[in-house]
Amino acid sequence: MSEPLLKVRDLTVSYLIKGERGRAADNVSFDLHAGERLGIVGESGSGKSTLALALMRLHKPPARIEAGSAVLDGTDLLTLEGEALRRFRWSQISMIPQGAMNSLNPVMRIGVLMADPIRAHEKGWSGDRIRARVAETLESVGLNRSVADLYPHELSGGMKQRVCIALAIILKPKLIVADEPTSALDVVVQRKVIETLKDVQKQIGAGLIMIGHDMGLMAQSVDRLAVMYAGRLVENAPIRRFFRDPLHPYSQLLISSLPSPDEVREMKGIPGAQPSLFKLPSGCAFHPRCPAVQPRCKVEEPLSRSITAERDVACHLVSPETADV
Amino acid sequence: MSDALLDLDAISVSYPSRKWKAPPFLALDRFSLRIEADRPRIIAIVGESGSGKTTLARVVLGMLPPTGGRMNYAGRSITQMSKPQRASFRREVQAIFQDPFAIFNPFYPVDHLLEMPLRIFGIAKSRAEERDMIETALERVGLRPEQVLGRHPHQLSGGQRQRIVVARSLMLRPRLIVADEPVSMIDASLRANVLSQIQALRDDLGVSIIYITHDIATARQVSDEVFVLNQGKTVESGTAEAVISNPQHPYTRLLVGSVPRPDPDHGWSDLSGQLEDQP
Amino acid sequence: MSTATPITRPRGHAVLRGLAELGSNVKLTSGLVLVLSLVALAVIGPLLVDTEMARPISAPTNRPPSPDYLLGTDGGGRDLLAVIIASTPQTLRLGLLAGLIGTVGGTFLGLVAGFFGGWLDRIISTATDVVLTIPPLAILLIVAASVRSVSVEMMAFIIAALAWMHPARSIRAQVLSLRERAYVEIARISGMGDLRIALFEVLPNLLPLIMSSFVAAVSGAILAALGLEALGFGPQDTPTLGMTVYWSLLYGAFGRNMWWWWAPPIVILAILFIGLFLISVGLDEAVNPRLRRQA
Repeated sequence: MSEPLLKVRDLTVSYLIKGERGRAADNVSFDLHAGERLGIVGESGSGKSTLALALMRLHKPPARIEAGSAVLDGTDLLTLEGEALRRFRWSQISMIPQGAMNSLNPVMRIGVLMADPIRAHEKGWSGDRIRARVAETLESVGLNRSVADLYPHELSGGMKQRVCIALAIILKPKLIVADEPTSALDVVVQRKVIETLKDVQKQIGAGLIMIGHDMGLMAQSVDRLAVMYAGRLVENAPIRRFFRDPLHPYSQLLISSLPSPDEVREMKGIPGAQPSLFKLPSGCAFHPRCPAVQPRCKVEEPLSRSITAERDVACHLVSPETADV
Repeated sequence: MSDALLDLDAISVSYPSRKWKAPPFLALDRFSLRIEADRPRIIAIVGESGSGKTTLARVVLGMLPPTGGRMNYAGRSITQMSKPQRASFRREVQAIFQDPFAIFNPFYPVDHLLEMPLRIFGIAKSRAEERDMIETALERVGLRPEQVLGRHPHQLSGGQRQRIVVARSLMLRPRLIVADEPVSMIDASLRANVLSQIQALRDDLGVSIIYITHDIATARQVSDEVFVLNQGKTVESGTAEAVISNPQHPYTRLLVGSVPRPDPDHGWSDLSGQLEDQP
Repeated sequence: MSTATPITRPRGHAVLRGLAELGSNVKLTSGLVLVLSLVALAVIGPLLVDTEMARPISAPTNRPPSPDYLLGTDGGGRDLLAVIIASTPQTLRLGLLAGLIGTVGGTFLGLVAGFFGGWLDRIISTATDVVLTIPPLAILLIVAASVRSVSVEMMAFIIAALAWMHPARSIRAQVLSLRERAYVEIARISGMGDLRIALFEVLPNLLPLIMSSFVAAVSGAILAALGLEALGFGPQDTPTLGMTVYWSLLYGAFGRNMWWWWAPPIVILAILFIGLFLISVGLDEAVNPRLRRQA
């Protein structure tokens, strides 16, 4: 297989609050190939947003990258500094932040908003060339080019979210990180926005990391799914495999707790609650909620390991021998 | 025909338009709903933002007077109740809100939310009885009293907070609960717990529930009847199975078809042409 | 359940636990240390120094600091160390009294206006805005000039009469936001009356704001009092820091190079203002929801 676009290895991001340390990302490793879409799901407080921000180097204290590397096309994102980092962001790796559609500058026309990053990165471009790129990008996200003359308040939620997508792809980055890109949208608009996002990502051939909590949405959006629990990636698998045969007990419970719109089933939640990152249980962080818990799980932390060539699981009960793959 | 617990007859709520000479904005347009007193049901009101579903919740709770139509509770018009009738309405019709954090006063431990109605409605005779009722109610919703009492809201999880709210409703022995998006801010793994508590209210205590949501999947799971609202109007209503599994109205079809299924092989159904954005 | 693990049940109000947390707030702590050291001076000072020496002609006049008179004496024959020790508590008392009256009045008006709204709000808000436009010193001068001799208490009342507007405004704004909170709504659905909601649901959540308004009102009141005193409208028979500055100005302490006359009251006032400023900034930090959310 070809060299991955993004190689994240042992990324550890921790929060230090009042002398206590909590790891929002604990030795996270994964690969992303060009053109591939990776979903990262987790409950609130699992560290998924921190992970996204750390990849963009937009994490704020008290969060701190402790260790690890994230190599995008030969460049380690985690060692870039100053001007190099500024140039790299947006042109190589861009982000659709959570709630972005509500933070568009209300006094700037969309066209001006979108021209900004071009001006900052491409000094030599003429006004006409910039305008052409803005119009072309707007059309690629399914908006009319005349939207460039409007102000954010003149747009609906779905249109605003598309402007945010257009902003993220305007410099044709190699990697897009989208944090809950549809969280405030109704289902009908949500679907349209996701389809647009998939579309433009294919067009520019970028890799996409989509952070979210809605498993249904993930099933419709991504090629691979990584599940995060208490700062750790517990499973990372191709999307079909994942839903057909989830291996980690947490993945299994997540899937079985999903309500279906098509049939009435007995609803099963997961007992207990996700632990605080500052007070993790010993051993496997999931063991107090795990239905298949073994004595070993309480003392020894399971490491993520390859079950097949394209599937990683962090669970003592799953090994290449036991997995039916 | 038996007596109705709640009878909404062509309820409308309109707001004067902000624009000059524009017609008033109809948040709710002739909405009708009848819940029988002797047959507890869960009725889902499904709609997107701006559909009028939250306006409906406020009307039923008596927080917003309708501008048109008739609304009777236990045979009495809500607008013409005497003081004691109003007090019993306030006690028998309870609410569960979307944000299980905002309804806790951050100044007090969570006990406050549970003690307040018992004292105001004079339900408990003594402090000991009060404590007893609170602990029983908490245990009923699957919480250990010593785990939550005395704590402040930010020290509990969203699921725990929402279950405390359910416990609060439960102590008041309500006949009707309006639950406005009760699980939308709760993590997926905990939703099922809260929803089964709500179902248990119907099955064990005979409480009717108006379940207001944008989430078609949970509506299908818990409700008996579904009303689909769009721009203040009911576009389709019927049993949950009929409306969601076999939608007739194009809007319902669009809505049901847009729900992302947790199955990569069951893609979004083809609805091209129906998905234009409205600015 | 007898073998259950011991469960820690946190007791006490958020505010009390908040206070414990405030201990880690450097600005607030250092501000409190400064102000409390002045309070200590006011309490312990009279035990060590005879404050009777603060009266005129108790000592030789115009002496520079010496072992007998540590801070020297002024033109009226007062021992300046005794003056400082006698007047610091007077200035503090004036500030606290005026700040307290202004904050309590302002909180009451702001709560009523914000919570009940309607015509009450219109009357209170209009009155607040009108009084805000009047330059306070002008009013104070007129009142102080028309009263023959003022006591510290009377000055406090005069100043408090113009110290309630800012608390009233900020409390009203906060109440407007608090009364829309879901917990107020659920109290209403629970059948709680307006008055109880205002007192038991809304008021407790205003405490941090009230505290910082109070600190601001105290420093505002001391400043207003200083202005009056420096112009000679202060209490003539009680020593205060402002009056000491006034006397030193009147008798040309600057021109005569008598730094020991005017410097000590100014140093004390500087410590007091820096202390109050730090407390106010520290409280702001503690109350600011953006900073609090990280917890």
